[in-house]
Amino acid sequence: MSLRASTSQTIGPYLRIGLEWMVIEEVAPPGVAGERVRIEGRVVDADGKPVNDAAVEIWQANSHGKHASPQDTQDKPLEAGFRGYGRSLTDDAGAFRFRTIKPGRVPGPDGKLQAPHITVTIFMRGLLKQLQTRLYFPDDPANAEDPVLQLVPPERRATLVARKRSDGVLEWNVVLQGKNETVFFDF
Amino acid sequence: MKNPAPYRRPYRDTQPDYRFPPYASTVKRAPAQPLVVLPHTLSELSAPVFGYGDIKPTDSDLTQQHKGEPQGERIVVSGRVLDENGKPLPGVLIEIWQANAAGRYNHRVDQHDAPLDPNFTGAGRILTDAEGRYRFMTIRPGEYPWRNHYNAWRPAHIHFSLFGPAIVTRLITQMYFPGDPLLEYDPMFTCVADVKARNRLISVFDWETTLPEYALGYRFDVVLRGREATPMEARR
Repeated sequence: MSLRASTSQTIGPYLRIGLEWMVIEEVAPPGVAGERVRIEGRVVDADGKPVNDAAVEIWQANSHGKHASPQDTQDKPLEAGFRGYGRSLTDDAGAFRFRTIKPGRVPGPDGKLQAPHITVTIFMRGLLKQLQTRLYFPDDPANAEDPVLQLVPPERRATLVARKRSDGVLEWNVVLQGKNETVFFDF
Repeated sequence: MKNPAPYRRPYRDTQPDYRFPPYASTVKRAPAQPLVVLPHTLSELSAPVFGYGDIKPTDSDLTQQHKGEPQGERIVVSGRVLDENGKPLPGVLIEIWQANAAGRYNHRVDQHDAPLDPNFTGAGRILTDAEGRYRFMTIRPGEYPWRNHYNAWRPAHIHFSLFGPAIVTRLITQMYFPGDPLLEYDPMFTCVADVKARNRLISVFDWETTLPEYALGYRFDVVLRGREATPMEARR
């Protein structure tokens, strides 16, 4: 039997009604191993206007490079209390935020290790289907050999790498369209 | 470990493009640069697991979330979540939200001149059972105007958000009602060329799940992306 996947539809402007109950901005509870990171950013449209009705969801491995998912059968430790999933709904400034840990490296195509990264899924009014992108960490030497970053035109790679602010926060903005447009993936 | 089999790419004309000018909000929000084709690595092929600690059994009855009963026509919305290979998907978290019977959302942005219902929030959630089944009790949402174009009205619909077994199976969609005259004028419903794909978003009146003297039943099955048969085949 072969079915066709259901057609995606926009999340619309009223997403908070359905999704607000499970906002998870503290992704790594105390005790979870790994380098603690704070991630903050804004979602802006083609005119640089903030998008105040977006859902930003993240998914990541733990610091050992293992996902808390039955699909990840790697022989690496799981950590109790770490699901690896976060959801932030943007505010009037288009801002979202997470506190989590830097993930370890996970295998990519042909078994080559990927650089540490966070998978990001974005929904909003005006998007008929989600945007899929990735956040990489600044100054990580593994970025240079990451098999997915290598698929991205070199001049656009920087849009996927967070910037470390003087207060230690990793800033990563999502530009939907125009100058410095974030790289989005056909997934 | 070996990389698990990737998921099939969408069938032609069954998934919308980002830019779709009849839906005006897409114009400033759709990416203009080419998308980069992403190989499905473990990061894309895994997904969070949700459990019964996350939701209460009463979360699936939108008519029992307040002291009084909501206004409107009670309905049962049920169905199955399958993948493209026809396999039922258990443990899928489904989140729904909708307008009330008068076509008003319980949300600060919605200023439509229709009454709010103090007994209706319009949000529900459930996990699919071992056979991929789900069931909500709710009320039939009203149609409502929006400002996309002159005299624009949204057909009655319920928003559905689903997590499948992989990040790439994540889906947000909308369920419509059979016979709604607004469907053909709605740029969301008509956002894909494939008419059969559109029509799969319309629920089916279901005698079997209709409760005598209480509520009409509507059936709505959702299909998430399925895997390629084998990794070998996918490489060709």
